Amino acid sequence: MLRQYMTRSAVILGLFALVGGGLVAYIHQLTHPYIEASERAYMLRSLHAVIPPETHDNDIFRDMITVRDPELLGTDKPVPVFRARRQGKPVAVAIMSVAPDGYVGPIRLLVGIRVDGTVSGVRVLSHKETPGLGDGIDERRSDWILGFTGRSLGNPERKGWYVQRDGGVFDQFTGATITPRAVVKAVYNTLKYYQRHRQRLFEEKSIVAPAGDGDA
Amino acid sequence: MAETPREIINEGLWRNNTALVQLLGLCPLLAVSGTVINALGLGLATTLVLGGSNVTVSLVRNLVRPELRIPTFVLIIACFVTAVELLMKAFVYDLYLILGIFIPLIVTNCVIIARAESFASKHNVGRSLLDGLSMGAGFTLVLVVLGGMREAIGHGTLLAQAELMFGAGSEWLTVTLVDDYRGYLLAILPPGAFIGLGLLIALKNVIDRRSAERAAKRQRAPLGTAGEAAGSS
Repeated sequence: MLRQYMTRSAVILGLFALVGGGLVAYIHQLTHPYIEASERAYMLRSLHAVIPPETHDNDIFRDMITVRDPELLGTDKPVPVFRARRQGKPVAVAIMSVAPDGYVGPIRLLVGIRVDGTVSGVRVLSHKETPGLGDGIDERRSDWILGFTGRSLGNPERKGWYVQRDGGVFDQFTGATITPRAVVKAVYNTLKYYQRHRQRLFEEKSIVAPAGDGDA
Repeated sequence: MAETPREIINEGLWRNNTALVQLLGLCPLLAVSGTVINALGLGLATTLVLGGSNVTVSLVRNLVRPELRIPTFVLIIACFVTAVELLMKAFVYDLYLILGIFIPLIVTNCVIIARAESFASKHNVGRSLLDGLSMGAGFTLVLVVLGGMREAIGHGTLLAQAELMFGAGSEWLTVTLVDDYRGYLLAILPPGAFIGLGLLIALKNVIDRRSAERAAKRQRAPLGTAGEAAGSS
């Protein structure tokens, strides 16, 4: 009696799970192209904020490799690097490095670097820093992040690549030093990484297949 | 228990409001009510799930054994929340990114399983749908009012980033109440949400007491003013 009861209960629950799971799978199928398009548009917007679209003519989203350098790029996960080219010649890269020592947690960055080693733009992709204090690194909150554009390893010199409180040239925020300090350090390290590996960064073959290989 | 459609709507919107009376679903309420658009987004998502899950639970209410009803309800709710999450990811991607983890957390919102258990499993589909939508509307209402308060005091705007929800070209909806407003931080942080919600609950209780007093006074009015006595609800 008990076994029959248990079996019946299991079957009913299983049927519900099957129907529910099936419906969800169906909706997943339906929405998949839209989701892909949205994610791609979002990534492109960030890329175009750090590398102006008029400076390159390649499909930057698909010209991508991943690299790994836990010390300089702030994470042991593979780091995407997007390459911008004009007529096949290298123009700039966008490196998705991480500032691991934010006040609340790691801060994901997108650092655009031109061939000559100058910063073409930096944006914060995601962070959990305190609203009203550390979140000044967000471009929507303040212009602070624009202060990296045009900088390079020589501008300022090594001892200038800190927040002002530590003797450097970059502003810190009143009441929040740790956050800008982490971002300044991460941008500097990304520039160093670029300097060491720039040849390889442009020459390595893209891991993404070019468009037209059977997808929309 | 509310039976007529009018009573069901009244219960959901006011008399048994999830956020002001039942005090259910406070976690998303407090975390997401920072701006009107965020509040509206999560409120509508929750209402959608409430309606869908109430209808489904009502449809299968005779097929589910009493001992299995909790896992079955949770299963149904989780499927609806996943579907809503996918739809939001597909069509309002930026809003989806901002609401983040609170969309899948709708599954844990006590309102939904409470309505499934206490209403949808005992009433027909039509009434259950109405109940789900009314409870969701009441929840969304409180979310939006709280969001408006917090956004106005914390940022000095209303309906900022309207384009996240209504598409490009709807930026005109944003109202800037104070230019160059530095913002009152407390309103943006969780304590401000708690205080704001407390004020709203107090306000509702004051309104209820006043209207009860007015009703009692009308009852005691001399019979000559029969029209007045008949007018109390």
